[in-house]
Amino acid sequence: MAEFLQFASGFVSAMVVLGMVRIVRGPTRADRMMAAQLLGTGGIAALLLRSDITGTPSVIDVALVLALLAAFASVAFVVKGAREASGEPEASE
Amino acid sequence: MTSDIILDCILAALVLAVGCWVIVVRDSFAAAVGFVAYGLLLTLVWVRLDAIDVALMEGAIGSGLTGALLLRASSRLGAKEQSAAAEQPGVMLRAVAALFSVIVAAMLATAVLYLPDPAPTLAPEAAANASATGMANPVTNVLMAFRAMDTMLEKVVLLVALAGVWSLARDRFWGARPGPRFRSDPKDPLALLAQTLPPLGIVVGIYMLWEGANAPGGAFQGGTIIAAMWLLAVIAGLTDAPPVSNRRVRLALIAGPLLFLIVGFGGLWLGEAFLAYPVAYAKPLLLVIEFAMTLTVAVTLGLLIVGPPDREGAP
Amino acid sequence: MISVADIFTVIAVSAGAFFFMAGSVGLLRFPDTLTRLHALTKADNLGLGLVVLGLMPRAGGLLPALKLASVWLLVLFTGAAVSQLIARAARDGDQDDE
Repeated sequence: MAEFLQFASGFVSAMVVLGMVRIVRGPTRADRMMAAQLLGTGGIAALLLRSDITGTPSVIDVALVLALLAAFASVAFVVKGAREASGEPEASE
Repeated sequence: MTSDIILDCILAALVLAVGCWVIVVRDSFAAAVGFVAYGLLLTLVWVRLDAIDVALMEGAIGSGLTGALLLRASSRLGAKEQSAAAEQPGVMLRAVAALFSVIVAAMLATAVLYLPDPAPTLAPEAAANASATGMANPVTNVLMAFRAMDTMLEKVVLLVALAGVWSLARDRFWGARPGPRFRSDPKDPLALLAQTLPPLGIVVGIYMLWEGANAPGGAFQGGTIIAAMWLLAVIAGLTDAPPVSNRRVRLALIAGPLLFLIVGFGGLWLGEAFLAYPVAYAKPLLLVIEFAMTLTVAVTLGLLIVGPPDREGAP
Repeated sequence: MISVADIFTVIAVSAGAFFFMAGSVGLLRFPDTLTRLHALTKADNLGLGLVVLGLMPRAGGLLPALKLASVWLLVLFTGAAVSQLIARAARDGDQDDE
């Protein structure tokens, strides 16, 4: 069972690596944001599997924190990216 | 187990590759996205190295909050980004910089490769004395009890950094609210997210603080999560950043290090040493300090990301 | 001695990994930003859900299993909202960076 979960964890990580190609290639900002999102979700899956393999429940906490912060980072991306694209000036300067 | 080694090599190579790409890419937005991805990968590395507390910090600060900070810097660059990227130092300067980088890297590699085996460490002593504070998490023990001085000074450094950020404001903006005013649209999924997530996030943050006593976690991780939730509400336009001259904000900022100082001098006055906790009261005292620290960290990090005051109109 | 729970875990986690693969392949191969977004959010969240489902029998109690499920629900909810935001950013026409 442990070997199978190891393999599954590695497989999920490999899929995430594939998704990273999209960060590099783009071409639009939305594509890069999506790939970061994939990295977050895939990372959470890999961490949950790892928590079971090593028997450390605290790794689930890391996955929880990642879920929250990945959502926050995605929101920051979208808001900044969209503001620039629509040419909306920031209320500063 | 060779599959472990293969995975580790792939992870390490990926971290290097993404790091190089982030530096090389032209567009600063793409670099910010790449940096967040880099942070996520590093989180996986830390988990692989069994450093769960560090993994929590990396995921929270290194990936999420620093990514938002970089994005803010990128958007402030705005139109000047093209001209800034076009400036390039001369070949001579770049060659000298490359030479110094190689020398430093070689020194680091030598230091790591020639570490004495077993490496000198105080970790067994720290683990053995866990009963001094009644907490099971050795990292928290080191941070809050054995090296409490460092932690207290860290918080002061954070305050100094915030003062530095505020000093970037123009004179006429001093004391005003920082950052732009974000519009809020109630039909927006962003508004939904910003209304539902923060209560959850605050619970998770307090949970992290509480868990830190006996499992990976702690005040810094909890405070970071709460700061991220507050920033989410600000970005969605549901709440506004307070003016930097607000008294309650400033009180929250100094609460953590101040409490630390009070306890520290209390230890001195009770005859032991600075920051010596009386053994009977160690755990409740530490919890009170951690609570104040969480508040301070949350407010400080939130204000650091939001930036210097730059809005018209007196507070 | 292979138990029913173990077989369930193997099947669920394998299905989850398969959906992750589908999501990543979709992200790489679909022709358009919006189709890629569609592939990504659906497949990934389903993949994570299946992995969580597979891990729940091994969680060791009701509370840890609920914790796993809550992680998945959180990702589901935030993923739904964020994908809407990304789709809007894509539609509002962000420029090519290259």
